[in-house]
Amino acid sequence: MSDSVTGLRVVRAGPLGLLQDAGRFGVRRLGVTQGGPVDLHAWAWANRLAGNAWGAAALEVTLGGLTLEAERDLTLAVCGADLGATLDDAPLACWRRFSMRSGQILRFAQPISGLRAYLAVAGGFRAAPVLGSISAVSREGLGGHDGRGRPLAAEDLLAVAPEAGQGSGAAEVPGEHRPDYEAVPRLALMPGAQIADFEGASLFAAFNRRWTVDDRADRMGVRLTGPRLHCRLTSMISEGLGLGAVQVPPDGQPIALLNDRQTIGGYPRLGALTPLACARLAQCLPGREVRLTAVSAERALDEYRRFRRLFA
Amino acid sequence: MAGRTLPRLEAAGLDGWLVRLFEAIDEANLPWLTALVRDCETAFGEALVDLVPSYTTLLVVFDPLALTPAEARQRLSAVLASLTPHDDADREAPLRELPTWYDERMGPELPRLAERAGMSVADIVACHAGATYRVYALGFAPGFAFMGSVAECLECPRLETPRKKVPAGSVGIAGRQTAAYPAVSPGGWNLIGRTSARLFDRDREGFGLLALGDRVRFVAVTRDEFERLGGDPRPMEAGR
Repeated sequence: MSDSVTGLRVVRAGPLGLLQDAGRFGVRRLGVTQGGPVDLHAWAWANRLAGNAWGAAALEVTLGGLTLEAERDLTLAVCGADLGATLDDAPLACWRRFSMRSGQILRFAQPISGLRAYLAVAGGFRAAPVLGSISAVSREGLGGHDGRGRPLAAEDLLAVAPEAGQGSGAAEVPGEHRPDYEAVPRLALMPGAQIADFEGASLFAAFNRRWTVDDRADRMGVRLTGPRLHCRLTSMISEGLGLGAVQVPPDGQPIALLNDRQTIGGYPRLGALTPLACARLAQCLPGREVRLTAVSAERALDEYRRFRRLFA
Repeated sequence: MAGRTLPRLEAAGLDGWLVRLFEAIDEANLPWLTALVRDCETAFGEALVDLVPSYTTLLVVFDPLALTPAEARQRLSAVLASLTPHDDADREAPLRELPTWYDERMGPELPRLAERAGMSVADIVACHAGATYRVYALGFAPGFAFMGSVAECLECPRLETPRKKVPAGSVGIAGRQTAAYPAVSPGGWNLIGRTSARLFDRDREGFGLLALGDRVRFVAVTRDEFERLGGDPRPMEAGR
């Protein structure tokens, strides 16, 4: 692309590095999924520190294992999980803006707290949008730095805006907006239309018992294990699925559907996690405990609008 | 669910409503669903984020910074109050033809279907290619269209063990539905042939070949025609 220059080179690729803008919209009727950052909160703050408008593409780094070399002087920010990041082997604080000089090495090691870190660069990462979005969805082969949805691989180059700027505003995220990923999250769930079809004891269990994040967890969805939930409906005709929908297959173990979910599905649903509850869940490693708590759509909307005003 | 009136609006998070129009899958749903899609586009305009129609429902996703759920509900109620079926939908629905090479190397379940139906493979092919289907829903993968309904003699449950890798273009049957895989993917449908049609193309305007309500015919072609049209004649990989 003519309006971009190489910003970073991948020295070593970790398990999963994907460019994510706000997501791919208007094409779900074709069976194309939403994509976008699974932790909207950390992604939005990384872009904000880098001085970018809402929706700029940032790099989602899952688990770590990624080494990047600056090909030019850059202004960046990292938010989300503490993946033991270092800059030329010196510890790099999370939730902060920082500078990289050409030739410096940024390394993400392994999860210390949380699961996914977001790296934003002033001016945003550049790539050709596919179906209107840069978001990488590997399963669909769409988007990302190569347009084919592939995760980062060694020697890949990440393009940035030529006039990158220095970022603007505060250089770090205020403490009250930094989640404690070690605390047990209470995930807000808006009850859905089939809630009354679940047995009373199952509903009590859903909102009062501990849930454990299963190792079957990815950008499509996160399976929770715990008490078996019983629903009078076992399957339904497939219908559209929103972000955060919590479906309960016949085995009674709920699955919270995230950004890369299938567009339609036929299991009964408890309801939907709020966007910020999805973001928090996306930072939970397998084995972590979570709780579910019911919230009205009105309250969830208030919370979401307050969140978005921070980035207006 | 029985006894509750239709249509009804069901909560779907802070930015969505699921409009439930029907209880059962029926071709007669299509003129209503396509009309609802069209009317929602008009009623929501810029505040519309996505529409996900499926057999009996439409998920409407709106911009939660522009509308509250209550405001979106009001718009949907107004749309539903004046909804009239897209009368010409059946006649106007585009007819898409999918050139298909029916062959056991492309469709290893052809003998299974023939045995179940007590028919010859040629009759199975004639039956599948002899009907016009409608697109009831898209999902599972970009451009994957669920079409129905195949004749009763072709009805066949999904494979017990899905294949890890189904080649692009593979034409299959599951239950009374038929579909073609737009890209290589895992899948459990009974494969009976392969189409040369490109069902999803990121470089084409509109991206997908098939849309909700479209009429579709599978046209039997020879291997030569299939290859001339750009079909990939490589057989399935051994061991699924």
